[in-house]
Amino acid sequence: MTVSKRTGYFGKSIKRVEDPRLIKGIATYVDDLRLAGTLHTMILRSPYAHAKILSIQTGAAAALEGVVGVFTGTDINPNCGLLPCAAEAPDLKSPKHTVLANGRVYYVGHPVAVVVAADRYAARDALDLIEVDYDSLPVVSDPEKALQDGSPLTHPELGTNVAFTWSVASGDLDAEFAKADRIIKQRMVHQRLTPMAIEPRGCVASYNAGDGALTLWTSTQIPHLIRTLLPGMIGIPENRIRIVAPEVGGGFGSKLNLYVEEALCSHLSMRLKAPIKWIESRRENAMATIHGRDQVGEYEIAVKKNGTILAIRAKTIADIGSYLQLLTPAIPTLTGLMLPGCYKMNAIRMDVTGVYTHKMSTDAYRGAGRPEASYAIERIMDLVAADLGLDRIKLRLKHFPKPDKFPFHTASGLTYDSGNYRATLKKAQKLASWDTLLKRQAKERKSGKLFGVGVSTYVEICALGPSKMMAAGGWEWGCVRIEMSGKVTAITGVTPHGQGQETSFAQIVADHLGVPMEDIVVCRGDTSVAHYGRDTYGSRATALGGTALIMCIDKIVAKARQLAAHLLRAKVEDVVFRDGQFLVKGAPKTNIGWATLAQEAYLAKNLPANFEPGLEASSFFEPTNCTYPFGTHIVAVEVDRSTGEVKIRDYVAVDDCGHQVNPLLVEGQVQGGIAHSLGQALFERTVYDEEGQLLTGEFMDYPLPRAKDIPDYVMGSTVTPSPSNPMGIKGVGEAGTIGATPAIANAVMDALAPLGIRHLDLPLLPEKIWRAINDR
Amino acid sequence: MIPATFDYFRPETLDEAAALLAQHGEDAKLLAGGHSLLPSMKLRLAQPRVVIDLGRIPGLNSIRESSGKIVVGAMTTHREIELSSLLAEKCPLLPEVATQIGDVQVRNRGTIGGSLAHADPAADWPAAILALEAEMVVFNRGGERRIAAEEFFVDLFQTAIQPDEILVGIRFPVTSRAVAYSKSAQKASGFAIAGAAVVVHARNRAVRIGITGVSARPYRASATEKGLKGKPLTQEAISAAAVSAADGIDPLNDIHASNEYRRHLALVNTLRALELAASRC
Repeated sequence: MTVSKRTGYFGKSIKRVEDPRLIKGIATYVDDLRLAGTLHTMILRSPYAHAKILSIQTGAAAALEGVVGVFTGTDINPNCGLLPCAAEAPDLKSPKHTVLANGRVYYVGHPVAVVVAADRYAARDALDLIEVDYDSLPVVSDPEKALQDGSPLTHPELGTNVAFTWSVASGDLDAEFAKADRIIKQRMVHQRLTPMAIEPRGCVASYNAGDGALTLWTSTQIPHLIRTLLPGMIGIPENRIRIVAPEVGGGFGSKLNLYVEEALCSHLSMRLKAPIKWIESRRENAMATIHGRDQVGEYEIAVKKNGTILAIRAKTIADIGSYLQLLTPAIPTLTGLMLPGCYKMNAIRMDVTGVYTHKMSTDAYRGAGRPEASYAIERIMDLVAADLGLDRIKLRLKHFPKPDKFPFHTASGLTYDSGNYRATLKKAQKLASWDTLLKRQAKERKSGKLFGVGVSTYVEICALGPSKMMAAGGWEWGCVRIEMSGKVTAITGVTPHGQGQETSFAQIVADHLGVPMEDIVVCRGDTSVAHYGRDTYGSRATALGGTALIMCIDKIVAKARQLAAHLLRAKVEDVVFRDGQFLVKGAPKTNIGWATLAQEAYLAKNLPANFEPGLEASSFFEPTNCTYPFGTHIVAVEVDRSTGEVKIRDYVAVDDCGHQVNPLLVEGQVQGGIAHSLGQALFERTVYDEEGQLLTGEFMDYPLPRAKDIPDYVMGSTVTPSPSNPMGIKGVGEAGTIGATPAIANAVMDALAPLGIRHLDLPLLPEKIWRAINDR
Repeated sequence: MIPATFDYFRPETLDEAAALLAQHGEDAKLLAGGHSLLPSMKLRLAQPRVVIDLGRIPGLNSIRESSGKIVVGAMTTHREIELSSLLAEKCPLLPEVATQIGDVQVRNRGTIGGSLAHADPAADWPAAILALEAEMVVFNRGGERRIAAEEFFVDLFQTAIQPDEILVGIRFPVTSRAVAYSKSAQKASGFAIAGAAVVVHARNRAVRIGITGVSARPYRASATEKGLKGKPLTQEAISAAAVSAADGIDPLNDIHASNEYRRHLALVNTLRALELAASRC
């Protein structure tokens, strides 16, 4: 690996090359596609959480002018495969996930019928003309009640509401609990959240009957995984399927999925021989795109009087909704694996029970299982400190593994790559003026204010991951081509949708080739261009996709060196590559650059013997381990005693994501992540009532954080390179959502501590706080 | 998010609008800023067969002083009220309320008349209308009539406007600076969970308090008003009176606030608005 000193893009805060088109409104989203002859679909969805479909009358809808067809499960399901789940668990029980409801509906929003029409207006009018006769059935809404004897069943044919059980266990748990001076217990609820990407989902499917080939444009994070999975549903081999993720307006995990609508539109395009378009409405997005989180955990912590944490025992119920989506069962397992956080302990056990309920499925949502873990362990650290009368900072420091103990083996069986937890904590304390902050708190408290200071020292898992731990390969692919003109095309198998890799990958490639960034185009998101890839999720793209590109460049440089030696009439071993030039050792004026080399390589009139024309290489990078970024967030809050409202006064975030390609992008990711956390900590929640009706299906009822909710951040970083990839990158896409929620929660609980309030569950709504204050 | 089919009219005069309304009756909906009507049409919660757009009728969008009263046209946007120097001087409660409605984009489109006629129980204007004892001016083919604030709000989304009537303006008194609006906003929508508007009439030692968001119908906090009548607005007097701000009221209950918490927020915001208004005496 050779990095150009001349270009020096790596590590610089460079504005995103993606932004001008987004700001000017000239980017192409799925809904911007206008294919000739496109037919438009709308989906009739169940208003019931659980019901038997007695009959569906489609005659009036089909007769409406402009309507091409109306289809129900009877028409569609025999022609489409079942929606697959890629995650496994030994005792996993899975209902048949058909494309349209098969005689029964299992959640509000369950697709029952589809209208295809010449335009969206006719399609929408036709929906109102479909008559469905439902016989409503008992609803399972609460996951804990779902486990009680005699509970109605979500899927009666499974005979149970338990979808799966999973455990992580290591160390001698009973012995550690026997040694404990005290066992601290706490129940914690991690509420359900709705991802609410600003661009809802949508797709356009276009089947070419002559080629027997299908192109599907879809608002997704995972075109490559869809290309792998879709053939099993629609019966076209993957080499006749092209998936394109055009501009994608936010994913946050909600578009890390294969959805029934994608299979449905593909099938309809094949069936009707016309392009088919479906664009999700906001209400559909809230009810029929995956939700996140939703765990209830009972935690027991075995501690010595001096604060030593011996072991943690946890039982978690994960409400997974009605069906398994792509990774549904895997999400709570990440909680179990990350539960020890950045602390040493001797034993751990977490038992997860995945429970079916009549709600939308849960799956990966920014952080995916790790926010639940970091919240639990960081609340635990504060509870242990409070119950034992110890300093929460000293308690954390006492349990940190020292930097020389890495790779560090956790109680849950993971191997953390590298870390210096003390350094981020100390830096955050310095940026927060810790001692002054505590004095300020004492003063505020004296004057009667509820002022709290919260800390979280988090660690998370990124750069997923070695293929042996992934369902369908964890490698990443890239291709770099020096074009005949000397310009460079870099093709990545990751699928950025806001993360900025068109910029950061151009920086990486420019440095390694020694060319200006402006000469590089980064292509992504189209399986006919980026043939292979495992896409964007789990904060993996830069560490893995970036490395794959460097591997390509290493191959190209090796090949170009041979050509340069030939053209410079020198021995290969005498030719060195430096700053974009191939030089002859001892005769630096004898050199040759990429433009000349590329021209010769493609003209192919003067090549060395047995030298293949062209300058292009592709590579797969298989990581040896995941990466484990970490950090410390410190928050000061004030709680309004009369209303229970929380105001954030100070926010300090120090994150360590290893080497940073572009600090501006890192800062943006952390800021966005903290905003998500703020929503989760203080006000976001998905609410279903006992009948399984969704009460937060619009922005009128589901609050997202707004600009005025966001405090001024003080941000810093430390750099502890990861040994898992050559650039030493860890990943930062989810860090904010993982580190910030517990910091804010700890701050609010610290504010309420003088009133004797020990713990409140998320979200920390004003009314909840007001009640807690007044119940005292 | 596509409305059901409807006919669209854009009358150029008030008479033309009134004639259309008389012709189509309850099949018709008047379109002002569209910030409540259009979303409910897109969700097909409202499916009017006729939409009459008031946007091009001259004279409905104005703020003027007329024989000692301030007259605000029904099509005046929240933003225009927020930025009006006449109102800042003569009826400062209105700009204070306007700044707390939605965001700038919403305020640029939404109108005071549209909001009042819609009568959302959580809208901000009703509190001010009641506290200012404003008069609503409505128009039909027979001419104009005025409706007192106390009679205007009938129930959830119901006003005293008759099906053939158009709200054309609101008449406000000139007030001192001793006014205030305090609100606890619903986090998602920005509408009021509880909002209290206060007008202090220093000369005759009286206060008027309008409360929105708390019950199906916005109301005057009469017990609190009575408690403060003839008294100087000391902290003690305010605190003692504010506790009756929801007396006799049956508060709403939803996922955003229980009835108990709503009642509490009615008291808190009444207290805050009174303190603020008193500080401006």
